[in-house]
Amino acid sequence: MSVLVRIPTPLQKLVGDQAEVNVEAASLREAVQQLASQNEEFKTRLLDDSGELRRFVNVYVNEEDVRFLQKLDTPLKSGDEVSIVPAIAGGR
Amino acid sequence: MSALISAPPTAQNGGHTLNGGAKRPSRLKGLQCRECGQTSEIAPKHVCEMCFGPLEVQYDYDVIAQTISREKIERGPRSIWRYQDLLPVEGTPQVDLGAGFTPLIKCNNLAKKLGIKSLYIKNDTANPTWSFKDRVVSTALSRAVEFGFDTAACASTGNLANSVSAHAARAGMKCYVFIPSDLEIGKIIGSLIYKPNLMAVKGNYDEVNRLCAEVADRTDWAFVNVNVRPFYSEGSKTLAYEVAEQLGWQAPDHVVIPIASGSMLTKIHKGFNELMKLGLIEQRDFRVSGAQAQGCSPVAQAFEDGHDFVKPVKPSTIAKSLAIGNPADGIYALDTMRSTGGNAAMVSDEEVVEGIKLLAETEGIFTETAGGVTIGVLKKLAESGKIKPDETTVAYITGIGLKTPEAIADHVGAPLQIAPNLASFEAALGRKL
Repeated sequence: MSVLVRIPTPLQKLVGDQAEVNVEAASLREAVQQLASQNEEFKTRLLDDSGELRRFVNVYVNEEDVRFLQKLDTPLKSGDEVSIVPAIAGGR
Repeated sequence: MSALISAPPTAQNGGHTLNGGAKRPSRLKGLQCRECGQTSEIAPKHVCEMCFGPLEVQYDYDVIAQTISREKIERGPRSIWRYQDLLPVEGTPQVDLGAGFTPLIKCNNLAKKLGIKSLYIKNDTANPTWSFKDRVVSTALSRAVEFGFDTAACASTGNLANSVSAHAARAGMKCYVFIPSDLEIGKIIGSLIYKPNLMAVKGNYDEVNRLCAEVADRTDWAFVNVNVRPFYSEGSKTLAYEVAEQLGWQAPDHVVIPIASGSMLTKIHKGFNELMKLGLIEQRDFRVSGAQAQGCSPVAQAFEDGHDFVKPVKPSTIAKSLAIGNPADGIYALDTMRSTGGNAAMVSDEEVVEGIKLLAETEGIFTETAGGVTIGVLKKLAESGKIKPDETTVAYITGIGLKTPEAIADHVGAPLQIAPNLASFEAALGRKL
């Protein structure tokens, strides 16, 4: 199940300076696991001590925020696009 | 960085040179992550590389204390720039339409209605593009010009789009503005008139925001509320400085502030605290309360539920300028309200309309829906005793009603139609003149 993952600038150097990476994964957790296989730091930057997504990281599968889906357990299918986006933006 | 005019300055080279070549220490120490404390030099970036937390400008208050005084501020321009010592812009501000120094109005009529003694409205509809956004935009783009950017951009619920478009026009910057496509017509025309590249995105604000985070990652544009956000958000502190100065150099007892991302609320709190730290106002406790609309109340809901996290929601409210379902500073706003003994409350769309009308009918101020939220919550807090009758309270009204007439068009009645003669007028009046 090939899935495209968009990597934000702060994490690109941990995946060989790439902005987009294709992974084989059936869930978001598996995708993170795979991306961390090159460099374990990828996981520690993205996940907190309890293994959940850090609160200032938003992850979208296609157009949907995974917090409205099944968070790290969100299933992935071939052709899905995953975007990792820093949460800090916008403001009033 | 092809779109940059020159290389971004750093904290190291950004200091001023004194006569004789000695360097005055910079007021600006650098950027610091609010989550993990990691520090880095002053640069156009907003996210901590270690934990994705928000970056905040760090000041050297010892350096600032050497030059700042009430008298110096009072001699300054009647705009946010009288407080430049506490803003992250080093040289003469380059992008300025005269934002700030808006009226603080004692509101006896409304106070009486609400059963409180001392109420003030900070009327930020009196800004160049009629919302508080001019404060943050003037700050962000002045800093952006110092960084060397030639293109301004933003994600916006409307007011920010207007302000960025106007300031970019004034500064001769290229401009890209992204808004949800369902915005009120007043806010769309209020941007288009300044000729930005206006992108109406088929989605809600959170989706626009996400798109802009991705665009900002791929362009050399100064996205005021993305990559320049640490500088942008500091502009909101002037809402505290001005209130303190206008109250005769003191903090009020209680402030009521609308919450969208939560940034403004936390920065107003920071602003009063900075003035205390510098000895410009007396040290004292003050309470910070937040206002949200029921259709988008992730922060107020977390407050009510006693949670220390903010669960994102999908917004559905007429208060579109507050419709941020995933507020970036939500947890900090929550912390601020709790630590100061403040409150959070939410109001229905009907109460928003009532709030707009109440402020207009009692004090002659026509606010947009966000202001309706603030007045609705102010009323709720006063009626439930959460604003004590003897507290000096300031409510922040951050945008003008003329941009969102559709929200109240069906609730203000209609003019009496008469013929151009006395008889017709007297008939309408119901008596002889």
